[in-house]
Amino acid sequence: MDTSYFFNGLYLIKPELVISLFLVLVLLSDLIFPAAKKALPVIACIGILIAIGFVTQQFFSPVTKGFMVGKSRPMIATDSFGNYFKLLVLGASFFIVLFSTVSDEIQNSLDRIGEYYTLMFGMILGMMFMISATDFLLLYLSVELVSLSSYVLAGYLKQDKKSTEASLKYVIYGAVSSGVMLFGISILFGMTGTTNFYEISLMLRSIEVSRALLTFVTLMIFVGIGYKISSVPFHFWTPDVYEGAPTSITAFLSVASKAAGFAMLIRIIITIYTLGTASGFWLVMPFFDWKNFLVFIAIITMFVGNLTAIWQDNVKRMLAYSSIAHAGYLLAALAVMTNDGMGAVMVYFSIYIMMNLGAFLVVILISNKIHSENINDYNGIGYRMPLYSVCMGIFLISLTGLPPTAGFIGKLYIFMAILSAKMYVLAIVGVLNSVISLYYYVRVLKHMFLVKPEDKTMIPNKLSQAVLVVILAIPVLLFGIYFSPLSELAKYSTTLFGVLK
Amino acid sequence: MHQIPLLSLITFLPVLGMAIILFLPKSAEKLMKIITLVVTFLQMVIAGVIWGNYNYSLGGINNEAAFQFVEKFTWIKVSGIAGLKTIKIDYFLGIDGLSAPLLLLTALIGFIAALSSWNIKESVKGYFALYLLLVTGMMGVFVSLDFFLFYVFWELMLLPMYFLIGIWGGPRKEYAAIKFFIYTLFGSVFMLLVMIGLYLSCTEMYNGEKVFTFNMISMMNPANFTADGILSPMNPHNLRFAAYIALFVGFAIKIPMFPFHTWLPDAHVEAPTPISVILAGVLLKMGTYGILRFNFAMFTDLTKQLIWWIALFGAINIIYGALCAMAQKDFKKLIAYSSVSHMGYVLLGMASLNTAGISGAVFQMFNHGTITAMLFLSVGVLYDRTHTRGLNDFGGIANQMPVYTGFVILAFFAAIGLPGLSGFISESFVFLGAFNVASLRVITIFSTLGVLLGAGYMLWTMQRVYLGNLNEKWAALQDLDFREYAMLIPLTIVIIILGVFPSLMLNLMNSSVNTLAGILR
Repeated sequence: MDTSYFFNGLYLIKPELVISLFLVLVLLSDLIFPAAKKALPVIACIGILIAIGFVTQQFFSPVTKGFMVGKSRPMIATDSFGNYFKLLVLGASFFIVLFSTVSDEIQNSLDRIGEYYTLMFGMILGMMFMISATDFLLLYLSVELVSLSSYVLAGYLKQDKKSTEASLKYVIYGAVSSGVMLFGISILFGMTGTTNFYEISLMLRSIEVSRALLTFVTLMIFVGIGYKISSVPFHFWTPDVYEGAPTSITAFLSVASKAAGFAMLIRIIITIYTLGTASGFWLVMPFFDWKNFLVFIAIITMFVGNLTAIWQDNVKRMLAYSSIAHAGYLLAALAVMTNDGMGAVMVYFSIYIMMNLGAFLVVILISNKIHSENINDYNGIGYRMPLYSVCMGIFLISLTGLPPTAGFIGKLYIFMAILSAKMYVLAIVGVLNSVISLYYYVRVLKHMFLVKPEDKTMIPNKLSQAVLVVILAIPVLLFGIYFSPLSELAKYSTTLFGVLK
Repeated sequence: MHQIPLLSLITFLPVLGMAIILFLPKSAEKLMKIITLVVTFLQMVIAGVIWGNYNYSLGGINNEAAFQFVEKFTWIKVSGIAGLKTIKIDYFLGIDGLSAPLLLLTALIGFIAALSSWNIKESVKGYFALYLLLVTGMMGVFVSLDFFLFYVFWELMLLPMYFLIGIWGGPRKEYAAIKFFIYTLFGSVFMLLVMIGLYLSCTEMYNGEKVFTFNMISMMNPANFTADGILSPMNPHNLRFAAYIALFVGFAIKIPMFPFHTWLPDAHVEAPTPISVILAGVLLKMGTYGILRFNFAMFTDLTKQLIWWIALFGAINIIYGALCAMAQKDFKKLIAYSSVSHMGYVLLGMASLNTAGISGAVFQMFNHGTITAMLFLSVGVLYDRTHTRGLNDFGGIANQMPVYTGFVILAFFAAIGLPGLSGFISESFVFLGAFNVASLRVITIFSTLGVLLGAGYMLWTMQRVYLGNLNEKWAALQDLDFREYAMLIPLTIVIIILGVFPSLMLNLMNSSVNTLAGILR
């Protein structure tokens, strides 16, 4: 058996190899030196930074070759699109490692911290493969790797009943969703005889396929994807898991896992279902009406996410529903099926990561001090922890999409894409949802600032934590005023292997 | 003189002040107040310089070369590749006869309200930081000529207003603040959609390449539109009417125009006095300014068809606002409804599409700013001393505070439109302009009832509060102190001078109004 393809292609997955290496390193370090718990985050950060270095290197010499199995069947595609999302995921992971060092609930269970970082690296590895996989088997394996690691991480706080409940709900829901997706993949394999995206695409063009069966298969595969990106009606796990899991893991799931899921969705749509994207418009094959399907899913996701968030009293649950709503905005941008839409998704993600991570970081820092995540317990926090509250204000206003924050720029790109495609109903639904979302984001600010606290003592900040919050808050403001770098990076990254000329 | 970027200075000086305040320790309250006063005073100085160097013959409106104090450079430029288009946003500031009076008004009211804020005791740092941010937003709206920049400044005001009402306001402040925020944002998001629609339909040449643009002046010229853009006049399937309504509603919420006015009474009553002054003095003008700058100048064909409706809503504002004011028992709410009524005159004047009417409308915007500011300051003076605003709680205040009552009488008569004071000129021009349009004649005649109603509620209020026998509760009230004199005297001077010598302001706006009326002929 000719395995030269494997060794010849190893240089393409240098970032993933680094992550795997550091996964083992973290595990070994915890086993061999059990007392050196403080070293683990350092090792993790070093690993992530090296991986970022390799991804950036690939960025500047975009190697669009795949990891070939045989003549023309690549299993992964290292292209600039994938590299962009990998950068986002790795950047988010770096911040999550920092959040974990800051969060009291994680630090109080230091004896198991080795498993924590190992599983986190498992998630990172899985996400990176999810982003670049072009073969359904590898895709499924990577989805499972991410899911299994996140099931355990969601239940990391063993003493907390909510955490265990979250983990169990996540396992059950995730297992069913993955199972349905696998069933769909297997039927597709039965129809086309291959699991490789490019070959499936070629087969679909040439053989007679039953349209009903293909629609059924796509819907089943979308179950798995929709579960990962928390779109309605596959979102039911999100509020419970986000509420119960440790906040650092919630932040990681809300940002990185969603980014990987969207990258996966975009790659599947473009590679399998379109004939080409040269002019900017995606020439979707007529087997499955992606456009109307995504419009429908986007509209219900936006409404369910925004309307349910109004009633939430737990900040993490509210942010969970808000992340469902943001998945809705992103799906709306994707539904236009053009490169404008894809560019909008990419720009929005880079901004979304900053503002969502920032919001969760403030939740962690406040929860450290008042040991509560209930909005009513946030009364008067604006006077006791002014810096964090002001930064939270910046993050929440950015999530709403108001100028001069970066969140407005993200929404601007989305609406530009939607209006270019003349999809007026979607645009009106999108802006109405932004107005609805204002209410529940400002509610947090209302409790923080408009209600005077009973206990007026100032809560001191630690300098390192304050710096971390400000590091996330400043770009949110800066990119609201000058956003060219983000857009240039995203536009440069729209090359997908083998599809874009 | 023209090399100094005066407009950027006047817009961003408050941000500098805000940055300084944020770095001061919490205890330096007096210093923060002084910094705010200095910054707003500097804004008035710069406004004076701009007025002094203003060229009265340049019309502006749709001619880029005829704008003054122009600052234009490329702010955001994202190149297009792989089927994605180039995005170019300019930093484009400039004023003409429409924005110049409002620029002067904003500078003046900004300073007066800063004086009025002297008595704020809680969270002084937050208050003045938010106040300066608000002033930047207001000034930026009137000077920007790029739609994206305009939108950023427009939205920039919402968050400081929310906190200023919600933290330093009255008993129902949270309700009033969130109502204001959501209501105004609802209007703004539709403006966002129209902004993007216009962007995708309007092009200009940049480095030999046709790029989409946010330039407001380019959008006024039908030749700049693409053949198949959503909002292109050439496109037979265009959505210009829907966009017109969307923009109009967005601005109408700010005016506030019936039936979108319900946020105003709550916001005005619950806001602290200086914020009421800013809200009534400046923020309401942004709605009508927006209608003139966008709806009238960019969609001239649709405007000519819809003047009857605009005049009708103006008349409804006048009459309905006055009737509601008549029924109020809260002094501040009464003045809030009188604001609604006076903004109706602006709408009526605008609808006439002739020089007299539009001049009256723009002049009324300026006058309403000064007069209503003075009215709210008067209520504030009384409220500071008595902590009540009920109209039936007072009586005979003139006996105890005669000088104060003198100022109040002037403000009331200015609001009624007494000849000799500035309100008379603007209202007369509005009626003159609107009466000359045959289709609006009936509405105009009907609207003059508003003057009568205005006299009705104002004189009745004067009688209830200031005349008659002194209510024993208020036997110990002090007359005006130095700070209150400093707030009321400038406004009084402006109202009286513009009443006898209105060409000071009318000359400022003359060329632009003529140009605008010419476009709409």
